[in-house]
Amino acid sequence: MVCAGLEKRYGEGATAVHALRGVDLTVQRGELLMLVGPSGCGKTTLISVMAGILDPTDGTCRILGQDMTALASRPRAAFRARNIGFVFQAYNLNPALTAAENVSVPLRICGAPVREAMRRAEAALDLVGLGDKTESAPGDLSGGQQQRVAIARALVHEPQLIVCDEPTSALDHANGQRVMELLRRVGTVDGRALVIVTHDARIFDFSDRIAELDDGRVTRVGTPGAARHSPGPSSAT
Amino acid sequence: MYQIALKMLLANRGKYLGMVLSLAFTSLIMTQQPAVFASILTRTYGLIDDIAIADIWVMDPQAQSVEESKAMPDTRLSLVRSVSGVEWAVPLHKGSLKVRLPDGNTVGCGLIGVDDVSLVGAPGVMRSSSMADLRMSDAVAVDAEGAANRLAVRTERGMRPLGVGDALEVNDRRAVVVGVADATPTFQSQPMLYTTYSRVKLFNKSERKVMSFVLVKAQPGQDHRGLAARIASETGLTALTADDFRARTLQHFIKRTAIIMHFGTTILMSFCIGAVVTGLMFHNFTQDALRHFGVLKAMGADDRTLLLMILSQALLVAGTGFGLGVGMAMIMGNLPGDPMGMRLSPLILAVGGGAVLSITLVSAALSIRQVLRLEPAIVFKQ
Ligand SMILES: Nc1ncnc2c1ncn2[C@@H]1O[C@H](COP(=O)(O)OP(=O)(O)OP(=O)(O)O)[C@@H](O)[C@H]1O
Ligand SMILES: [Mg+2]
Repeated sequence: MVCAGLEKRYGEGATAVHALRGVDLTVQRGELLMLVGPSGCGKTTLISVMAGILDPTDGTCRILGQDMTALASRPRAAFRARNIGFVFQAYNLNPALTAAENVSVPLRICGAPVREAMRRAEAALDLVGLGDKTESAPGDLSGGQQQRVAIARALVHEPQLIVCDEPTSALDHANGQRVMELLRRVGTVDGRALVIVTHDARIFDFSDRIAELDDGRVTRVGTPGAARHSPGPSSAT
Repeated sequence: MYQIALKMLLANRGKYLGMVLSLAFTSLIMTQQPAVFASILTRTYGLIDDIAIADIWVMDPQAQSVEESKAMPDTRLSLVRSVSGVEWAVPLHKGSLKVRLPDGNTVGCGLIGVDDVSLVGAPGVMRSSSMADLRMSDAVAVDAEGAANRLAVRTERGMRPLGVGDALEVNDRRAVVVGVADATPTFQSQPMLYTTYSRVKLFNKSERKVMSFVLVKAQPGQDHRGLAARIASETGLTALTADDFRARTLQHFIKRTAIIMHFGTTILMSFCIGAVVTGLMFHNFTQDALRHFGVLKAMGADDRTLLLMILSQALLVAGTGFGLGVGMAMIMGNLPGDPMGMRLSPLILAVGGGAVLSITLVSAALSIRQVLRLEPAIVFKQ
């Protein structure tokens, strides 16, 4: 994935917020990239653009050679359905559905038959260690388990890119570590790229590279060790 | 995805039930009320339908409807008979009187007096004995509904329907029930008594004129409207074909009573209540689920899919609500002793169903607008 010259302004005129001010960033296949930076620096905005759910004001973002900004809304939705998985801070599981049904949603969006979608959903739950929770309601699961269900949902359709916004910040340390181990283990296989927005310095070691963002600009891209010892605000939290 | 949509709806049990019940209420009112109305309308001209053999009804010019006639002297009958093109013409009395039951109770009844010879106008279906028994002395027939209810006789062992062989007293004259007949209930839902025209005169000693209508059969090949016009001009009476008379009765009834207003207001109010409650609840339901629709949108569900999901939710609500409402209407219509009766015609069902469908479609449209406007980027907002 290649982002070039990304700009994003919210609103118009004097009250406009300049969330991205020319971001250039490349993510390789099979790579786990973390986006860190102080609150309000534009991390969420950046992965929203990367995932094709937000239009940048300027610049381009190519995923697998496809310029997302050039696509109309329908083909772009179809592109997301096939190629992108999502993990959220608040899990965003549908409480009306069982764990397995939740996991099957991306496959159903792609038009898979219900039976097959459920079978693959159960396999994905197995993979994240929740093979015995397929029929559970999200509300009956712990936070860590819910996030693992969400990860299974992000993986089930074998996307090329998974974006995660603060996947561990609602979890305690042990559960956060488990979730990251899982993402590390299953997230980057088969050349899949993983972009994780985080504040959580304890999980930096799981990354291949860390991009530091400040005030809408990438200020540094480096290895986990460098980020941890840098004086940047991200490591202070 | 429909399955997911329906699960989302059913999981929100409170709102789902609220919407279904409000639509059920609306469906109930919107089908039951017109059905009762239709039933009342048919009752107003029940007698015209019962005497289907008559092609033309002749009456005093002041008569307004089949329920409001004015008696004519018997001499008019021969006038009508003399009009060319008339196959036969017979008198019919339609009035009311008080009847004393075997247990001493007095009940107001409608009275139909039919031609002694032809018995034209007597109910076609007799449950017991035959119509010809009306010719026996003091004979009257009663309608089954009346016999079982208002005319029921009190005995030591409770009430029993009035039956063949029971004696009545009509204006101090004895009458014997010789038959029980099926007849279309009348608007006043009075019990009906049937007897011969000459016996009506005996029952109504003080009345000089008892002929309410002259029933005319046209000769084969005669145009009924033309014959009616000829009878009218030659006799100075009003003559109407059965269809025209039915229409006039209906018109008179609707004009004279505010009944359409009553029913119309009720129906309109139930429509508005159903629309507002369902619309708000559906909107709320979508509002609650907005985040999940946003997640689906981010994950690549296109607008068409989301639209169909919401539509399927709306249709489920409409279907269950309407089904429940019509079910209740049918149960109400078939309750024993229901005095109103109802005619749940396909037209009424179609209009009621269309109203419920339009309510849910408009509700769905509002919800769909919310979802289509939704920015998928909200999914990363906490
Ligand atoms: N929809 C929006 N409309 C207007 N301004 C917005 C909108 N979304 C974000 N912003 C602003 O854009 C800037 C960047 O926001 P963004 O959410 O990308 O930051 P972030 O790095 O994810 O912050 P945090 O660490 O708190 O999640 C902030 O100043 C924010 O107030
Ligand atoms: Mg953020």
